[in-house]
Amino acid sequence: MNLNELTIKEANEGLKKKDFSSLELTKACLAQIKKTDDKIKSFITVTSDLALQQAKASDKVGDFSDPLTGIPLAVKDCFCTKDVKTTGGSKILQNYIPPYSATTIEKLEAKKSVMLGKVNLDEFTMGSSTENSGFFPTHNPWDLSRVPGGSSGGSASAVCANQTLFALGTDTGGSIREPASFCGITGLKVTYGRVSRYGVMSYASSFDTIGPLTKTVEDAAMVLNALAGADAKDSTTPPVAVPDYTANLSKDIKGMKIGVPKEYFVAGMDPQVEKTIKQAIAKFEDLGAKVSEVSLPLTKYAIATYYILVKSEASANLARYDGVRYGYSAKAETLLDNYLQSRAQGFGPEVKRSIMMGTYTLSAGYYDAYYLKAAKVRTLIKQDFEKVLSQVDCLMTPVAPTVAFKLGEKVDDPLTMYLADIFTISMNIAGVPALSIPCGFVKPKDGKTEMPVGLQIIGKQFAEGTILQIGHNFQKASDWHKRQPIIEE
Amino acid sequence: MYLSLTTTMALSKKDVEHIALLARLGLTEAEKEKFASQLSSILDYFEQLKEVNTNGVEPTAQVTGLENVLRDDVVESYDAETMKKLVDLAPEHEDNLVKTKSVF
Repeated sequence: MNLNELTIKEANEGLKKKDFSSLELTKACLAQIKKTDDKIKSFITVTSDLALQQAKASDKVGDFSDPLTGIPLAVKDCFCTKDVKTTGGSKILQNYIPPYSATTIEKLEAKKSVMLGKVNLDEFTMGSSTENSGFFPTHNPWDLSRVPGGSSGGSASAVCANQTLFALGTDTGGSIREPASFCGITGLKVTYGRVSRYGVMSYASSFDTIGPLTKTVEDAAMVLNALAGADAKDSTTPPVAVPDYTANLSKDIKGMKIGVPKEYFVAGMDPQVEKTIKQAIAKFEDLGAKVSEVSLPLTKYAIATYYILVKSEASANLARYDGVRYGYSAKAETLLDNYLQSRAQGFGPEVKRSIMMGTYTLSAGYYDAYYLKAAKVRTLIKQDFEKVLSQVDCLMTPVAPTVAFKLGEKVDDPLTMYLADIFTISMNIAGVPALSIPCGFVKPKDGKTEMPVGLQIIGKQFAEGTILQIGHNFQKASDWHKRQPIIEE
Repeated sequence: MYLSLTTTMALSKKDVEHIALLARLGLTEAEKEKFASQLSSILDYFEQLKEVNTNGVEPTAQVTGLENVLRDDVVESYDAETMKKLVDLAPEHEDNLVKTKSVF
């Protein structure tokens, strides 16, 4: 087995036993990037020199008691990384070099983790396929003609193709879970506020979360241990105690109650995906859990609620790109023309559509009908979740209605593309945590390769430990997470 | 699945131009036409929220219940190198200041 194929846990054991060094591990990842990334296109920037230097520094100290020391990672390109180009996947920031790092990056630097580079995403995280990147699309390692999902598509493809041991991503409406599902890896969307957003480009500030994409649930727990906690620089991180998320992973789940919301099994869903999800849920009964049907009656209003609120917040957040303080400037003659032209030339189609939509729903005369109405429906959807989650330990649903679709299939149809998020957006509306784990493979009608299917496990706010325990129990009893793609030469 | 693509909330080209100016976003003629049709069908889809009774319901903008998180009003100092890097990011700058066109 090549070193880059190890999990964090396995690599940490090897580093501790001096079977290999962080430098060797890092070189194995860089070699895999070199070998595969002209096909997959995960990376916008590979920071080879920095990675080798960080690896040597961790070897020099030689203390691998922390599981993330000397472990290579890839970072979604919307996390500010000091003195390393950070584009947000947008041409408006194609030469932006931030003079500071995100809190999460500083936390991982303190652990002496090794940054391999910055990975691709939909522009400012707006999308479900990574085709909205301002630079190039990323390809799914299982089948290069398919999307890796999005917006954390580069994070997912890099982990899936063993270019890295883990990656950081962001999730506003499914941007960690959907690509994790499409690439057959593990992805965790945390409770809103569990991880600091400081230094990460904002899409919709009351929805955005940060989390890990990993090869196993156990690895996700280890990364969350390093990331979680209140941050004075992010006033939306509550002072909720951070437990050891690995402590209860191996405890059995006998007697645990699993709710299956009936609204998540609807007409239009790929029947093979539905069958795979139902088989996975049955597996939990074998493990001793009790499964019952529950109802989230407002589910059908989630998409409208989500897009009104998120695009409104996005239009406000994107006002900062003004061609004056940083980023691309058209250098036009007047101030107004400079705004108009810098933004016209710097932003791509989905970002422009978001700005237009959000500006409209926030504008005079429409605010009450759209934004305020949606914010009230948000309250009701959140109450729906609180009510059901007071009766069960977790909810289980599919992550997406289909497996990874083909590149170009949906890119010109925003409404169809928004449907890829249909099963993931409600958790961001309610602020609850959710885990995506591979639970089977199906062969799509329009392809030859079997593609992964993701199961979503949803918990109460700040109950990441419970959903990680449930997910880990599944991975102990199954091998889906160990399947590896054969990357076309 | 949940979508109906019939359009009744048609946005005119003039509406689109007005929103684009509010957003300080330059659009080509082709983009104006494309957005008028795409935004109309999305807005039409949003109409379904009218079916939800929200009488007496408070809006939510903060899901974990935090309110009025304040910090001390203290200036944080940065080193000269970082300050220079920040100013250097501006497309136009002069004498450690960000330069812009006149507002009036």
